[in-house]
Amino acid sequence: MPSLSYLMARLLQIIPTFLLVMIFIFLFVRLLPGDPAIAMAEAKATDAQLEQIRHNLGLDQPLPIQFLLFVTNTLTGDLGRSIMLKAPVTEIILTRLPTTIFLALYSVLLAICLAGPLAFLAAARVNSALDVTIRSVFQVGLSMPVFYIGLVLLTVLAAQLRWFPVGGYGTSFLDNLHHLMLPALSVALYTSAIILRNLRASLIEVLDADYVQFARAKGLSPHIVMTRHVLRNALVSTVTLLGLSIGNLMSGTLVTETVFAVPGVGRLMLEAIFARDYPLIQGLTLTFAVLVSVVFLLTDIVQSWLDPRLRQS
Amino acid sequence: MSQIEKETVLDIRRLRTEFGLTERPLVAVDDVSFQVKAGEILGLVGESGSGKSITLRSILGIVRPRGRVKGEILWKGRDLVPLDEAALRRVRGREIAMIFQEPMSSLNPLLTVGLQISENLAAHTDLDAKARKARAVELLDMVGIPAARDRLGDYPHEFSGGMRQRVMIAIALASNPQLLLADEPTTALDVTIQDQILRLIQALSRDLGMAVILVTHDMGVVAETCDRVAVMYGGRLCETGPTADVIGDARHPYSLGLLRSIPRDVAPRTLLYSIPGAPPSLNALPAGCAFTARCPVAGPECRDVRPNLGTAGKNRQVACHHREQALIHFSAREAAQ
Ligand SMILES: Nc1ncnc2c1ncn2[C@@H]1O[C@H](COP(=O)(O)OP(=O)(O)O)[C@@H](O)[C@H]1O
Ligand code: SF4
Ligand SMILES: [Mg+2]
Repeated sequence: MPSLSYLMARLLQIIPTFLLVMIFIFLFVRLLPGDPAIAMAEAKATDAQLEQIRHNLGLDQPLPIQFLLFVTNTLTGDLGRSIMLKAPVTEIILTRLPTTIFLALYSVLLAICLAGPLAFLAAARVNSALDVTIRSVFQVGLSMPVFYIGLVLLTVLAAQLRWFPVGGYGTSFLDNLHHLMLPALSVALYTSAIILRNLRASLIEVLDADYVQFARAKGLSPHIVMTRHVLRNALVSTVTLLGLSIGNLMSGTLVTETVFAVPGVGRLMLEAIFARDYPLIQGLTLTFAVLVSVVFLLTDIVQSWLDPRLRQS
Repeated sequence: MSQIEKETVLDIRRLRTEFGLTERPLVAVDDVSFQVKAGEILGLVGESGSGKSITLRSILGIVRPRGRVKGEILWKGRDLVPLDEAALRRVRGREIAMIFQEPMSSLNPLLTVGLQISENLAAHTDLDAKARKARAVELLDMVGIPAARDRLGDYPHEFSGGMRQRVMIAIALASNPQLLLADEPTTALDVTIQDQILRLIQALSRDLGMAVILVTHDMGVVAETCDRVAVMYGGRLCETGPTADVIGDARHPYSLGLLRSIPRDVAPRTLLYSIPGAPPSLNALPAGCAFTARCPVAGPECRDVRPNLGTAGKNRQVACHHREQALIHFSAREAAQ
């Protein structure tokens, strides 16, 4: 197991990351064209009314003060009020977030279930007809954008075959699994193609590694050779990739949730951008940053659990 | 050496190991036959790439990727070649153990050294966890790892190359094998430790009757340790015989070039030095003698006609069409020096 000091050190590394993210968000929102006060105000608002809105948003303060205010508010969980939805940003995000996390985990699990066994089959018989077929099919998945895969799935499985709903979100866990199958699958097809390629390559490499041959020369059972010696080593690089692709997947939710009308934070972000809802955009960007950091942190922990060489420092 | 005739435990007949396409194979080991007796140490020498490691791996059936093993490997009378994985597993590590050539890459980087020793014991003995641990400490002690008890929980990257090689030797010796395949087992070790390990192997061989095939580049090691020597070139055997005969009185042009100039009382660390010309390339070997391109006494038939390994005196075998010319050539050269 990774030591406590390793975990603490890794956690401390997050602080500068977050500071940078906050500075970035703060500046980015202020550099966007358009005046949030105008976006928020009624069409016939007077200059005095606009001034009042700016004052309420703190936009008339000097930048450093604004930033300090932004940081302290964020740390206390106050992300302001959404202009578009007229409700606290934190509240809105917290109601939408579970859907997105559900979708993300769902698609990752689907991707692992798809890619894992097939990578083994392909690596066990390198360049066989089976290997070539598996690779070419997944290559197709890799060469198409996720939203296009999504549209194809929608057209075939939802509109024509009517196996799955065209969009929306369910009311129970099973209902959710059913409703989110297509969006999860369209992301999973892409992710699984990446995982398959990587896992197959590292399996092939590890299967021929000296330490695996040495393990076989010891007369260990195939089961032990496979799990203890092959799989664990092959997973080290695949876990990194999996973490990266879950990170990517977060930004992918913007598209997927929109195509499939899933009420998650991804679609919310798109709506917020169109509505110039600055407080909401800020809050969502921060949320994405937190999610990605958590994923990377978990990736690191899993990796250092797998590989003792990563546990020092 | 004892006077009693020891029984032959390993009898390899016409071993052939190839890679690549069946129609145009790359033959790494070609028509190799030799025997090893219980308690005997056979030295296997030859340039890098001559097929020594593949020969050892063929015995255990672990030639990857996709090597094909043909011929007969009679282990105590039973042919190992046709055995399936399950049957081979009961021989591997238990009756026949192997020390790999590469100490840096042959230990699993993710597992503690203690586990890598005890998994071997778990597979082949009835020892419980506590006894396995005690035995692991004993083995690490035996191969000269200081503070062995404290090192069971360490990972391979916390050991130096020489230490890893010793760990590998400890693993191989864990379940008292009857045949040890040692592929350059002492290359990464300093002379003192090397001597210690070789004496250990010799003692196990003498006292427990363990047969050993020792691959090495060090003629001093061969002279001090091995009972017999087999010289390989281009995947084929050139010459086999008792150590003193082969080192002192080589007959094959390749071994003559390789060994003749080594003093009779070879000091440890006398390395095989290379003879002129490029080492053999497997995909460009002639149908006849593999050594043709570099042989000073090659005749017109050598390229096409394969010389058989024929008897040459007591317990000796040589594969060459022109043995007399070879002797004349090399003694003339020696005289000239
Ligand atoms: N998996 C493989 N595929 C193809 N050729 C191989 C493979 N493994 C070894 N060889 C070739 O077999 C020959 C003999 O190798 P090896 O037994 O390792 O030589 P040595 O141990 O005598 O130095 C080398 O030319 C090597 O390139
Ligand atoms: S004389 Fe001919 S057979 Fe003898 S080693 Fe030279 S090439 Fe080979
Ligand atoms: Mg070798």
